[in-house]
Parts: sequence; C-alpha cells; structure tokens
Amino acid sequence: MSDAENSTEISTEFTLEKLLPILLEGAGADDRVDLGGDILDAEFTALGYESLAMLETAGRIEREYEISLDETALAEAVTPRALIELVNTHLPAARTA
Amino acid sequence: MTFEAAKSTRTWVTGLGVAAPTGLGVDAYWSATLAGHGAIGRVTRFDPSPYPSRLAGEIKGFAAEEHLPSRLLPQTDRMTRIALVSADWAFTDAGVVPEELPDYDVGVITASHSGGFEFGQNELRALWSKGGKYVSAYQSFAWFYAVNSGQISIRNGLRGPSSVVVSDQAGGLDAVAQARRQIRKGTPMVISGAVDASICPWGWVAQLTSGRLSVSDDPERAYLPFDDRAGGHVPGEGGALLVLENAEHALERGAPHVYGEIAGHASTVDPRPGSDRTPTLQNAIELALADAGLGPGDIGVVFADAAAVPDLDRVEAEAITKVFGPHGVPVTAPKTTTGRLYSGAAPLDLAAAFLSLRDGVVPPTTGSTLSSRYEIDLVTGAPRPAALRSALVLARGQGGFNSAMVLRAVDRSQL
Repeated sequence: MSDAENSTEISTEFTLEKLLPILLEGAGADDRVDLGGDILDAEFTALGYESLAMLETAGRIEREYEISLDETALAEAVTPRALIELVNTHLPAARTA
Repeated sequence: MTFEAAKSTRTWVTGLGVAAPTGLGVDAYWSATLAGHGAIGRVTRFDPSPYPSRLAGEIKGFAAEEHLPSRLLPQTDRMTRIALVSADWAFTDAGVVPEELPDYDVGVITASHSGGFEFGQNELRALWSKGGKYVSAYQSFAWFYAVNSGQISIRNGLRGPSSVVVSDQAGGLDAVAQARRQIRKGTPMVISGAVDASICPWGWVAQLTSGRLSVSDDPERAYLPFDDRAGGHVPGEGGALLVLENAEHALERGAPHVYGEIAGHASTVDPRPGSDRTPTLQNAIELALADAGLGPGDIGVVFADAAAVPDLDRVEAEAITKVFGPHGVPVTAPKTTTGRLYSGAAPLDLAAAFLSLRDGVVPPTTGSTLSSRYEIDLVTGAPRPAALRSALVLARGQGGFNSAMVLRAVDRSQL
C-alpha cells in the first residue's frame, strides 16, 4: 500500500497508512479480511465495518486532525478512497499540496 | 396429553459453558467446586483501599483476545466478552455449530444485573476528562442490559426469539424460564443464562448501595450464609450459558450430552417492605414443584440463594423447612467459593446442579457453620454422595424477586 505515489506526498496528507491504525484502534479488524491488501476501493461494509464502526472511525479522525466531517458526506464515503478524499478536503496542507 | 406430545414440549439442557472465578470451563469449575476451592480474595482489578468492601471473586487468566476477534474487542465490556466465550463453549459442548442451523431455529435469552459497567465507566471518564468527542460510538450499546443477548446473536447468526430479563439475581433463572417458554412455543433451541462482571469502581459503588456487601477482609470469613456470623456477601464475576433444546430435536440430531430437563419454574414477588404479609419464596418453591409435577420428596438437593444477610437467610431457611420439613433435604451453596455473581449466579448453580445429578454428588458449602436457628441440612465440608434424580435451584433478587427452578435427570437408557 505504500506505493511511490503516496510516499512522495507531504506528511499532512491523509492516507491509507494513516487510516488503517485508526480503524484498527477504534473498531478492530475482521479476521477474514486482509487490510494489507488492495482495499482502497472496497466498501467498508465488505471489510467488516458497520455504521457504528464508521462513526467511531470518523470521530477519531475528527479529534486527531481537529476537523469536522459532514454527516451526509461521511455516509456517502463508503470506501477507504472516498473517505480519504473527504478527509483531505478538510486538511489545509493537503489542499495546498 | 400423549407421551409423544409430552415429549415434544420437554426442554433439555444439552450444552454448558461456564466461566467462574474458580475455573474457566465446566471441568475446571466442577473439580474446584467439589474440592471446595475458593477464589475470593482482595480486589485486584482496581485499588479497593478507599472502599468499605474490598473482597471479590475475580476471574483470573481470562484473555479475551485469545478467544475473540479484534473486531469485537473495542465494542465489548468484560461481561460481554466472557458471555461470548461461554456461549462458544456451550455450543461446542452441545455439539452444535450454530451457523449451520436455520437462523430462526435458535434464540438467545440472557439475564443481566447491571449491564457493562466497566465499559461505561471508561467512557464516562473520557467524557468528563476529555470531552464528548472522546466517547466511543460503541457506548451506545456496550453498556446495555441486552448487549450480551445481542452480541451472542450477532456472533452466531441466531435470529430466533431473543430477549433480556432483568430481575437482579433471580433473573438468572427467569431468563432460562423464558427460554423454556419459547421452546414450548416451537423454537428448537435457545441459548440462555447470564454472565455479570462489574468489578470496577463504578460497579462497586453501585453494589455498595445495597447495604448487603461484606466488609470483612478475611476471605475465609467474608461470605458465610446460614451462619451466625453472616454479614453480607462478596461480589463475584462470571456465570454460565446453557444450551436449551427441545427434547425431540436433541434426540433427532444425536446430542452428545443430555444434562437433564428444565422441569419446572415459578417466580414470585415479595410484599412491599413493611407489609404484614409474608415473603413469597415458599410459594415460588411450591409452584415450581407443581409445574414439574413433583413433590418435595422427589427433590434430592436444593441449591440455595444464600444471601448471607441474616433476615434473608432466615426467610430462605424457613421456606425450605416449610416445604421439605426440618432437615428434610440436603441444601448447599457452592457460591461461597465464587461470591455472588448476580444474574450469573443461578445459571452457574444450574450447571452445578446438573453436574450433581450426573455424578451423584452434592458439592459443599464452604466456610459456613450452620446456625442453630435454621433447621436445614446444610452440606458443608466434603462433597456428599447422593443418588439424585431432581434438584431445586433458588435465586432471589433485590426488590423482592424470588425464583425457583426444578431440574430432573433424563435416563438415557429410556430414550
């Protein structure tokens, strides 16, 4: 998952590498899912995370990055890629990068 | 009713999952119980120094991560983790893979005394020390009374009739009685029982308000039901889950164990405090016997509620004596080794009673010396061999709840 594209981005960019530990700490991991695999476009429900897990994950992102995420936008971010993009629209450093 | 019809409404227990301070798993618990090994000691889960009561029956060596997926750990209180693992053990013991049964054929009916106190305490601490953003989303259900039923249901894919019963310690029997009702109405299998575990400061101060906790610092003398020195109880954690099954269903699938039948049950509520009417535990016993179609002479052992509060001990001893006569039936309270497990206590006693029927032995009440005021045959010291066909388990909850359940051995040679 740490491909060349990610590694060239600036450190304040929200990435899969930053999402994974937040997911794990807040909601654990489904034994049947390899979070180290190509999951960017997998739906969170398929990865074993139900709505409460996403609420917990969003809450942890919000307090860690001191941002506020819109509930509707959150509900529509059903894959890691969509959630990462959503978070990045709220990070000033990422927007200027 | 024809024999076939009667057979089809019988509720058997075909699986046991036990988590007690004295042992994890049926075999460890039962050998400790027969040996009279106690697990009461100074609280280690938090510093009990500032509190008037400092002893508990704690489960040691339970590592949830060894039994449960990491997905479940951030969303479960200790009591739920222990309940989930106990349910797994009960299904394994029953020879059942729940996912392989039709979803709606298996229900979950547990009892709960207080819900997930430790989880709730941690989230309250986060709320008041850091702010609302730091409260887990899982607080929404992790503390809740019904959470053990819900999590067992989700983990095992069980969609049959499911609920939670809350009547303090009596709830442990009332839940099993409700499970039996559902089996009589046509559900083939229900996992039932209870696990409580709230040995944390918040749970502790809540329990202290009962005024029934022992303030002794001597584990050997802290919980002495039916003893002149009785001065309250020691709280413990744990309980048991039981697989209840329609007898015909158990026979058809060739259940590896038939521990016995849930043969009768009744629950009553005491008159309000200050009333001149008498307590109703005796009624519960008589009604449960009638429900089972048995007389007092059929009962080989009584597992007592054993409050260790003098007034409550007197009420229980008198109820037993009125039904069975003075010294008319062996009475025991192996919960002296574990402390009172609240809703978990009676399901654990049910497990012990079934094992007593299986092995023909009554486990001892430890520590107590029977007061001369009570005319009961309290089994103390060593386990007592006895040819047992039926047992009575009693449980009472604060607020006047009484519950009595009759168990009967199933003679496999007649199946």
